[in-house]
Amino acid sequence: MSDAAASRARTSQQKVAATLRRRYHAERRFRAYGIVAVAIGLTFVAFLFYTIIAKGYTAFAQTYVALDISYRAEEIDPAGSRARAVLEGADYQALIKAALREHFPEVTERAELRKLYGLVSSAAEVTLRDRVLADPGRIGQQERVWLLAKDQVDLLVKGQVDRALPEAQRNIDDQTIGWIDRLRAEGRVEKRFNTGFFMNGDSREPEQAGVAGAVAGSFFTLVITLVLSFPIGVAAAVYLEEFAPKNRLTDFIEVNINNLAAVPSIVFGLLGLAMFIQFFGLPRSAPLVGGLVLTLMTLPTIIITSRAALKAVPPSIREAALGMGASAVQTVIHHVAPMALPGMLTGAIIGMARALGESAPLLMIGMVAFIVDIPKGITGAATVLPVQVYLWASSPERAFVERTSAAIMVLLAFLLVMNAAAVLLRSRFERRW
Amino acid sequence: MATTGGNVPISAPRAAVTAAQDRSEPGAALDTKTVGQVTVANPVVSARHVDVYYGAKHAIKDVSLDIGRNAVIALIGPSGCGKSTFLRTINRMNDTIDSARFEGTITLDGQDIYDRRQDVVQLRARVGMVFQKPNPFPKSIYENIAYGPRIHGLAANRADLDEIVQTSLQKAGLWEEVKDRLEHSGTSLSGGQQQRLCIARAIAVDPEVILMDEPCSALDPIATARIEDLIDELRQNYTIVIVTHNMQQAARVSQRTAYFHLGDLIEVGATDQIFTNPGHKLTEDYITGRFG
Repeated sequence: MSDAAASRARTSQQKVAATLRRRYHAERRFRAYGIVAVAIGLTFVAFLFYTIIAKGYTAFAQTYVALDISYRAEEIDPAGSRARAVLEGADYQALIKAALREHFPEVTERAELRKLYGLVSSAAEVTLRDRVLADPGRIGQQERVWLLAKDQVDLLVKGQVDRALPEAQRNIDDQTIGWIDRLRAEGRVEKRFNTGFFMNGDSREPEQAGVAGAVAGSFFTLVITLVLSFPIGVAAAVYLEEFAPKNRLTDFIEVNINNLAAVPSIVFGLLGLAMFIQFFGLPRSAPLVGGLVLTLMTLPTIIITSRAALKAVPPSIREAALGMGASAVQTVIHHVAPMALPGMLTGAIIGMARALGESAPLLMIGMVAFIVDIPKGITGAATVLPVQVYLWASSPERAFVERTSAAIMVLLAFLLVMNAAAVLLRSRFERRW
Repeated sequence: MATTGGNVPISAPRAAVTAAQDRSEPGAALDTKTVGQVTVANPVVSARHVDVYYGAKHAIKDVSLDIGRNAVIALIGPSGCGKSTFLRTINRMNDTIDSARFEGTITLDGQDIYDRRQDVVQLRARVGMVFQKPNPFPKSIYENIAYGPRIHGLAANRADLDEIVQTSLQKAGLWEEVKDRLEHSGTSLSGGQQQRLCIARAIAVDPEVILMDEPCSALDPIATARIEDLIDELRQNYTIVIVTHNMQQAARVSQRTAYFHLGDLIEVGATDQIFTNPGHKLTEDYITGRFG
């Protein structure tokens, strides 16, 4: 009997051994699939980051040209009153033009002079005005001032103009290149950190355009979205999950919430246009309306994730609290909600991150307008970062290419900060049981 | 309907009559199939003709049972027999299950707990519960005990609360082990300690009845023995209803035993008598291990 049992065991062992090879092979193959999938994903992410950074990092430096400016009194303040209004209204452009003419005395022809004046950005006169206003004693003096160069000059200095191309195919002609090279040789050209990119609003002139307006717009819009969608979403989720009776009406509501999460965002934009702007008469292009529209869009996400977080709280905790005589509300507020909070926060941040990257619904409510001023509040006209990226990407000027990528970097940095905050909050509120 | 007590309408009149009869003459014939003595003199909890349905499923069928004061009654029976369901009717924990439906009457000190005027929160302060799996709150040991007194407003000040926490832990035999780390999380304790913490938490609100739903099933024999000793001590001050799958445990800790089978209460009696001389074939089969 034991012989028979032993031989049966032996044949079983042989059969197992025969399948082992196949099983291990399948396992290795399965792992390889996974590694390949991860590698493909990482490659795309790496490629994305590489192209954006490679194209955009140059935008963080900007070219400045040094000119010897004579603050001639007869130009700025002929009457000698030193009144603020007079100093503000003076023609500083003329000082720059004079300095350029002085430096390039050989240029006399009108068309050539116009090209020469084009070396310096129109923002340069503001620099001079600010200097004079800060110290009117400069009037009558001469000093070397670093002035913002025009985008063409900037591109050439950054090496983004192919000098080998025939002149006709270049945006910048040989004569201008000659002037710039001469200035460079004299040490009058310098690249500096581009503070304007972070401090300025949008502009038609690439060298003056900055993301500050879009950042402020995104910030205000997200604040509105968070302030509205988190409490409403959590309250809805808590009610639906913990208190609502399970009947057809709540089933219907649940199905609709799930459907809303899948509605294309541009539809929310149209809804916002019809409801908030046409019906309630709220201002166009305002972060307030943008935030409301994004709230509509984010709510389903927050409700769904919050409900999942509430569902994940072990029922034993609810029973423990109810068994102690806690009321339903006390059970939720004291025990269930705190335990679900990390999940709710994660859902909210994911929703916020999506809202931050959203552009389509905001186009509908006018946040795509060209807005130079940095918004001061939630009702001021504004645009947001993704829309700014869209606007710059569709601008014809070459110099906007690097700014588009740089704006994307700012957007990604914004996202990274938000996600880091999510991870921090999560680990902070997470409780083990 | 508005003029009556306002409890479950179908069975209310019948239950009211029988309950009245029972109190006037204990041990009088009660309309029940159960073998043995379902009534006791001066009961704390008195269930009459209790039916519980989960949707279409009839989980408890016409169960009548008295629970005596300062004694331990064990509810035994095979899985799915309704003993836990019956236990949970006593503090109305079944209310939290949407599909559950209750018929019959249960009185606590003669007061109908399914009466519409009965506040569930107040009921649960009088009928504490300990669950199968230790379920301390993910808070400190101190906060676990203090939670009940705090929400029920039992402590006037911090000193009162400290006192309640200490006496509750002492009664649960946990004080010596945790007195130096009351601020540690309740979940950091061992399984047996967690269960004693849950018992301490239950007695912190000074209930009359403590319901225990297989309190030792997740514990090792040593922790189980400690809980059993504790149950024996608590009997001095509390009425305890314990559901258990462990028949030795039922025999060790209880004075009365009730045997449930497929929703029916088959037999009730003194524990010694149930285990030595059962009156029903099913009880005998179960306790001798022929099924279960």
